[in-house]
Amino acid sequence: MAKAPPIEPMEQFLIHKWIPGPSFDLGGVHFDMSITNSVASMIAGAIILMAFFALTARGQIVPNRGQALAESLYNIVDRVLVTPIIGPHGRPYIPYLFTLFSVILVLNLMGVLLSFGHLFGQTWSFTVTSQLAITATLAVLTFFSIFFLGFIKHGPKFLGLFFPSGMGVIGATLMAPIEMISYFVRPITLAMRLFGNMLGGHVVMNLFGSFVVALGLMALTGGIASLAIVPSALSFGMIVALSGLELVVAVLQAFVFVALATVYLNEVVNFGHGH
Amino acid sequence: MDAHAAKLIGAGLATSGMIGAGVGLGVLFGNYLQAAIRNPSAAASQQTMLFLGMALTETMGLFAFVVSLIILFGAGA
Repeated sequence: MAKAPPIEPMEQFLIHKWIPGPSFDLGGVHFDMSITNSVASMIAGAIILMAFFALTARGQIVPNRGQALAESLYNIVDRVLVTPIIGPHGRPYIPYLFTLFSVILVLNLMGVLLSFGHLFGQTWSFTVTSQLAITATLAVLTFFSIFFLGFIKHGPKFLGLFFPSGMGVIGATLMAPIEMISYFVRPITLAMRLFGNMLGGHVVMNLFGSFVVALGLMALTGGIASLAIVPSALSFGMIVALSGLELVVAVLQAFVFVALATVYLNEVVNFGHGH
Repeated sequence: MDAHAAKLIGAGLATSGMIGAGVGLGVLFGNYLQAAIRNPSAAASQQTMLFLGMALTETMGLFAFVVSLIILFGAGA
């Protein structure tokens, strides 16, 4: 009788070295240049993304299916987010926001769609965006680019962002530390949101997958234990439903990340008018 | 009570922060639906704000989830 494998929902997020590379210390920080499953997934994501846009980016008046798909992705960033939220002054920043959107979207979708599981003694599915290091890098890059853009565009006047208007000098000075904390917690929430969503969804899917195997094997022992086939089948149904939900979450989180980046950018670009 | 049991109980308790996120999402989508039924023509224009609000509300629940994971798998375990 086969024994059910242990239930280890966090195992899928472990990083394995595939091709060892050079490692060195620089300023007390250890750098390891090995090709891990995380690096390989990111390279695969970059190739998929570049191939997609190389195949679909054509400027025809009547688009074919691929061009229509690429254009509607672009319109999510342009017509749904940047133009209504920032206005015409937001146009120069669309390339960065669209890059961010497509990178997060591809990496999220790869985690859901390219789940091959264990083959040849190696785990082939890996969700890059379920690593806090990756999402934190994206969040810190986005947040601090926007923050320094504020100083470049407005100079020291930009510090006025931390002093709420209409409160008088004393009130605004008292509020400034609180405003600063709520401002600088943004990259943390930005990173944590993407990380938590992708991690949580995959943990739940993995748990239900383990239930299918464990309960199915239990049912095979015969007797009254055969009834375990019912919860096993229900768990399988849950995986199907959760896969659909995860697809929605993958697209939604890419959208939300860029939407929040757009809102933060709006404060910088339209600083001084409006609020 | 040994330390491992206390850790598991703590991780379970930490997820109770998700109650607030659940209530918040219910309020958010409920109110959106109510407003959308009253004025369906304005509903589509507010969908971006709906998703932004959802993201901000959901973060609170995810914080509870991450704290629970830190208790289970984090440093000092």
